[in-house]
Amino acid sequence: MSMKASTRQVDGVTIVDLSGRITLGEGSVVLRDSIKDLLGKGQKKILLNLGDVSYIDSSGIGELVSAFTSVRNQGGELKLLHLTKKVHDLLQITKLYTVFDVKDDEATAIGAFSR
Amino acid sequence: MESTLESVNKAEETADQIAARAGLDEDIRSGVSMAVREGMINAILHGNAYDPNKRVNLSFEQNDHDLVIIISDEGKGFIPDDVPDPLAPENLLKTSGRGIFLMRAFMDEVRFRKLNPGTEITLIKRLQSS
Repeated sequence: MSMKASTRQVDGVTIVDLSGRITLGEGSVVLRDSIKDLLGKGQKKILLNLGDVSYIDSSGIGELVSAFTSVRNQGGELKLLHLTKKVHDLLQITKLYTVFDVKDDEATAIGAFSR
Repeated sequence: MESTLESVNKAEETADQIAARAGLDEDIRSGVSMAVREGMINAILHGNAYDPNKRVNLSFEQNDHDLVIIISDEGKGFIPDDVPDPLAPENLLKTSGRGIFLMRAFMDEVRFRKLNPGTEITLIKRLQSS
C-alpha cells in the first residue's frame, strides 16, 4: 500500500517513477519530499511517471497540484506520464486533465520539455 | 473508530468488500470506496482533527435498492454549501477542497446533517442493475 519513488535522468529531464498509492499520509509525503528534493538540487524539468500509481485520493490530487505549482513558480516544468484509467478519469472529473500536460509516451514527453 | 489514518484505510477496504458483496462492478465499487475514504478523511482530518478523544462512527446498510453508508464525527461541524466549488477556474489549482465533490461524483446521493457536536454524512449508492 505504500508509495515508492525513484528518479532517473534522460536528456536533462528528471523522470520520477512512482508506484503505489498517492493518498493522505505517506504517499503524499513521498511525492512532496521528492519534488522538494529535486527543486533543491535545481532539477526543474520533471516528468512524473504515474504508470504504476494505482490510486490517488483528494489529498494526492492536492499534492500533484502543489507539485505542479511549486515547479512552475521556480521557472520549471512538470508533466505527467502514463496515467492509469482510474487516475485519468479522476483528473478528468476534477477538470485537472487540461491543467497538467499529460503524455502517453516517454520519448514524446521528454521532447516536449523546453530547451 | 479511532481518529487515525488507519481507520481511513480500514473503512476504504471494508467499503470495497461490502460493495463487492452487494454486486457492484469494479468501477462503481472503486468509486464507492473512494467516496467512503473521502468521507472518513473529512470526519477524521477536518472534523475530529485527529483528536484521540473523539471517535468516528461508520455504518453500512444494504436494502433491496440501496447501499447506505453513514459516517459521523464529533468535530465542530461545517456548512457544506460554504465549501468553494473545486471546478471553478479560480479554485482549480487549490491543493484541497475536493473531498465533498468526489463523494458527490461517485455516489447517487450525499446528505449532510449537523450533529451536536459533529457532522453526519450519508452516502447512498443505488443497486439496481442497468
